[in-house]
Amino acid sequence: MGWNWSFAADVFPILLQGLVVTLQLTVLGSLAAFSLGLVLALLLRGPRPVAVVVRGFIEFVRSTPLLVQVFFLFYVLPDIGILIPAYWTGVIALGLHYATYTADVYRAGIDAVPRGQWEAATALSLPRSRVWTGVVLPQAIPRVLPALGNYVISMFKETPLLIAIGILDIVGQAREEGGRFFSYDEPYTIAGLLFLALSYPASLLVRRLERRVGTV
Amino acid sequence: MIIFDGVEKRFGENVVLSGLDFTVAPGEHVTLIGPSGSGKTTILRLLMCLESVNAGTITVGGRCLTHMEKNGRQVPADEKHSREVRKRIGMVFQQFNLFPNMTVRGNLIEAPTRVLGLSKDEANARAKELLDLVGLGEKIDEHPSRLSGGQQQRVAIARALAMRPDVLLLDEVTSALDPELVAGVLKLLHDIGESTDITILCVTHEMGFARDFSHRVMMFDGGQVIEDAPPSKLFSEPDHPRTKEFLKAVLDRG
Repeated sequence: MGWNWSFAADVFPILLQGLVVTLQLTVLGSLAAFSLGLVLALLLRGPRPVAVVVRGFIEFVRSTPLLVQVFFLFYVLPDIGILIPAYWTGVIALGLHYATYTADVYRAGIDAVPRGQWEAATALSLPRSRVWTGVVLPQAIPRVLPALGNYVISMFKETPLLIAIGILDIVGQAREEGGRFFSYDEPYTIAGLLFLALSYPASLLVRRLERRVGTV
Repeated sequence: MIIFDGVEKRFGENVVLSGLDFTVAPGEHVTLIGPSGSGKTTILRLLMCLESVNAGTITVGGRCLTHMEKNGRQVPADEKHSREVRKRIGMVFQQFNLFPNMTVRGNLIEAPTRVLGLSKDEANARAKELLDLVGLGEKIDEHPSRLSGGQQQRVAIARALAMRPDVLLLDEVTSALDPELVAGVLKLLHDIGESTDITILCVTHEMGFARDFSHRVMMFDGGQVIEDAPPSKLFSEPDHPRTKEFLKAVLDRG
């Protein structure tokens, strides 16, 4: 077999198309994970019965494989009439799965806000909603940005899982192209290098952010 | 202005305050002294609704803080009711507790705009005026982390005053300061006490300040007021042996 440069040059633009899909899924999945995670974190601080149910949900999602969740959303939900296109199934699955992790990241950030801040806000009679949006979250979130960043990176590396439901992300494209020409060396190698080219700088960025904000 | 009627506070098995009755007149400056764990700070925290009573009632400015009327019955106050009564109470903390995510200006205009409904301009004017009063007019756009402890505490005092409170609670406000900064903050509080008619309740270990500043000093021990007298009397000829003992210990240390 051996490495074929001209084939590599041919598949490269196609792989880049796949990379765009991978990045879209990562961005949308992250947005979903960040917002849903925050909701879960706030619910964890709610009335005890709510907190118990939410904690149960979090443990359940974490204890089952992402792939099983993806299959469940894609193949089981249609049985009860809920049909979600593959792309959005991917976004929802990634968002939901990672939200159960970001929830605890936010929780740690919120717990790290000193009690005196809550008390000062109470002493000024600030309404509850403003205590959250004006005082607690603006202090909690910057502190957890590095931890959230790490989850974005690991989500990025897990998106190829979605080829299981036919999404043509970068690895999906590599498999297609490789299969078409019976040569997998070039597409998979390039796909791997593209992941490396993005993940590694991103992790350096997170590390720098960590030094700036300190860790929780 | 403030009435404590049979107030009891327990933390688990530990009775911090029991059957506590006292009143504070409008404009009065009252200092609470006593050994640590005697419940002084708890009194301020109850007034600020940072803790809730186990029994008894607290009335502030004619309105009950701890209970409210509902269908003709007295029930424990909810969040909304206590926030309404508490609007007239300001508090300054030992650890300043300025909001680090806001500038000095942000700290000062936050509650007046959000709670009192002042316009941005009104709140800014008030902030400027108060910062000038505490001698930090030029720091208005600084972040709290760039201020010294003494400066932060001055901003915290200004922040409490920006709500135009009828009652001001001072919780060991100089305990976390470097010794050389204490006098300036105490002088400021003294001036505020002289120039306003705010009712002030103060917990402090600064006996010199307590003597000059207060109209009345209450000595606490074991969750009760064991002596309640003007400072001239309490500091020079205390009646209760525990007061004598406490003052001796504090003054020896100083």
